[in-house]
Amino acid sequence: MQVNNPTRRRFVGSTLAVATLAGTWTARSNAQSALTVGIIYSGARDDYGWNQSHAIAARALKAVPGIKVVEEERVPETVAVAKTMESMIQLDGAQLLFGTSFGYFSPFMIDAAKANPGVQLRHPTTLWTAGKDPDNLGGYFCYMDQAHHINGIAAGLSTKTNKIGYIAAKPIDLVLRTVNSFTIGARMVNPNAQVFLVITGEWSLPVREAEAVNALVNSGCDVIACHVDSPKIVVQTAEERGVKCVGHNTSQAALAPRGFITGAETKYETIYKGYADLLVRRQTLPNMTVGGYDKDMVQSTAFGAGASEKARNAALARTAELRTGAPIFGGTVRDNQGKVVLTGVKGLYDPVLEKMPYVVEGVVGTVR
Amino acid sequence: MTSVMHMTEPPTRPGASVARGLERAETSGARAWGLLGEVVVPLGAVLAAFALFSILLLWIDRSPLQFVELIWKGGFGTSFSIRNSLQRMPPLILCALAVAVPAQLGLVVIGGEGTLVLAGLAAAAIAVPFAGGAMPALVVVPLMVGAAMLTAAVWFGIVAQARNERQVNEVISSLLLSYVGIAIMNFFVEGALRDPNQPSKSSTVPVAASYLVGEIPGVGVHWGLAAALLAAVLLHLLVSRTTFGFAMRVVGGNPRAARSQGLPVERLVMTGMLIGGACAGLAGYFEVAAVQGRANASLAAGYGFTGILVSFMARHQPLGIVPVALLFAALSASAGLVQRRMDLPDGVMLLLQSTIFIAILVSQALHGSRLGSRMIVWLLRRRA
Repeated sequence: MQVNNPTRRRFVGSTLAVATLAGTWTARSNAQSALTVGIIYSGARDDYGWNQSHAIAARALKAVPGIKVVEEERVPETVAVAKTMESMIQLDGAQLLFGTSFGYFSPFMIDAAKANPGVQLRHPTTLWTAGKDPDNLGGYFCYMDQAHHINGIAAGLSTKTNKIGYIAAKPIDLVLRTVNSFTIGARMVNPNAQVFLVITGEWSLPVREAEAVNALVNSGCDVIACHVDSPKIVVQTAEERGVKCVGHNTSQAALAPRGFITGAETKYETIYKGYADLLVRRQTLPNMTVGGYDKDMVQSTAFGAGASEKARNAALARTAELRTGAPIFGGTVRDNQGKVVLTGVKGLYDPVLEKMPYVVEGVVGTVR
Repeated sequence: MTSVMHMTEPPTRPGASVARGLERAETSGARAWGLLGEVVVPLGAVLAAFALFSILLLWIDRSPLQFVELIWKGGFGTSFSIRNSLQRMPPLILCALAVAVPAQLGLVVIGGEGTLVLAGLAAAAIAVPFAGGAMPALVVVPLMVGAAMLTAAVWFGIVAQARNERQVNEVISSLLLSYVGIAIMNFFVEGALRDPNQPSKSSTVPVAASYLVGEIPGVGVHWGLAAALLAAVLLHLLVSRTTFGFAMRVVGGNPRAARSQGLPVERLVMTGMLIGGACAGLAGYFEVAAVQGRANASLAAGYGFTGILVSFMARHQPLGIVPVALLFAALSASAGLVQRRMDLPDGVMLLLQSTIFIAILVSQALHGSRLGSRMIVWLLRRRA
């Protein structure tokens, strides 16, 4: 009884202790490092996909001395992201912000850039336009179509039925380009291969993605590829159905120990570290950073059990070619209606390729 | 809700078999409840929730003190934080009022979310023909407000009608209608009302700038805050100072007794629900006209659901809703900071909110009950 009795002295003592502790914490949180970088995700950081690929880069960035990283996940593409950016700038003192979701850019990041000229903001697309958008805003873009091309090579040599399923999120140029690069890769090594395309309509629709995999496997596809935010459910369903698969965004190798071949991964840490390095040395950031294998901005997931010797060798050889600038769209290209859409050799970063409202010959499916 | 609980309680004191000492203790306990209950109980519940939550934080090796400090900093610590908190208040207050007014009638309405969304759609939809901004704001703004409040009132009216005519439980019907409301919004936003210039996210055409709600000068918060505060005051007067409010509370206490006294129970239920719906509608209007500028799926931001929590915590007192809404606004304003500084997942604030909600429900179950009184007496004795 006596032990629990609160005396005035004890009360004063504990209050002081609490106040001191609180003081220490305040001091610690105020002692900010040289540069604070804020990273905002629209989904969970462990989604086996888009968000995770950025979170992996964030982790790498945390290891850089003099850099403090603050992260916030599941921030909707609404005024919520404007609040988060303002909070990061005002309360965390962030000087560099990565808003990693497509819908953050307009109008939220544009407005934030205008309101905070001293803060640098970067968005993982090529949406930024010089002259039109603020100078402290910009973009970075990993040319994933290169890595999907390698996926296509490996997939083309892995299919026995010559039917490959591809599940894509939206029928926009950026996504269709990966479908096309993939298809060209698959048909380079296997001219009989056909790519059956299913478009779900949203970046993340797990139920529809699972249904699509099942439908594709039922119609004879024995390799599944995808371009959705989180390929987790696609890869898991493919594995359950006993077919092979290739990955997207980050490594899904662990989800398909039997059928995983390889995957197309972004490597944002190259960009994040590069930017942080420039800022620490008080140098200006480039507004736009783009690259593929050549600049270590995309990579292929280490081969899984689903990769045959032949597929591995062909994929490695083609990766080496791309690294030195070999084109993917290397001649006359027809869409799957037979219309000629490209003529002549187009380099890996040819601006003509940014406009791609069609799917190439070999793709079964429509986009409009 | 609470009034219903009072009603079902046995009104008699324990019989002769119970010791007189215990009876005395209960009486003094009940008096203590009466004096302090309205404030102390919910406050105690929040503290208990924080205490429970601290155990969780310690378990995952985080400091509860830092947690509280960050909530303070993110919610009130700087002028930016205060503004951020205040900006989140209007929809919370209005959605809580949409729960509190029907609660006077003993109704538990949990469909505020979909009603807000539908009202927001109505406000944005009626502004579509005026997207050019040529019509004077004096015409269009009342149209938008009216469309939002009317739509929401009708939505709540359906719930009232179903209850009056067919004894459909309002908890179920309002919740289900909420989902229907969200589905209707999606249907129009992705179809007939879709803005073709907004390919990445389906939305209505933006409301012309001249019809948007501005900020209260010097506060940095839109006029929705003033409207919400005014609504809280007016509804407080309505509930506590008018015959109508008294009649509502009588129905809430015992509908059969109310009916036997000649009160028009059905009409009171309908009117109360229409008022509640109009509050949710106003919330939807401000979300479109002051925050988003257009209607899309982002309208379903959870305010309707958090409003339920706010109203319960305020014991359905319209004025009590204001400070509680501020508390929850601050929690939501600081959520990002807590997540970033303590490296916690985003679900943490939701977990805290649910812990608070459970604590509030438990406290209300104990409030006035024999067990609760005994606990209080026991605690008081220990201190004496």
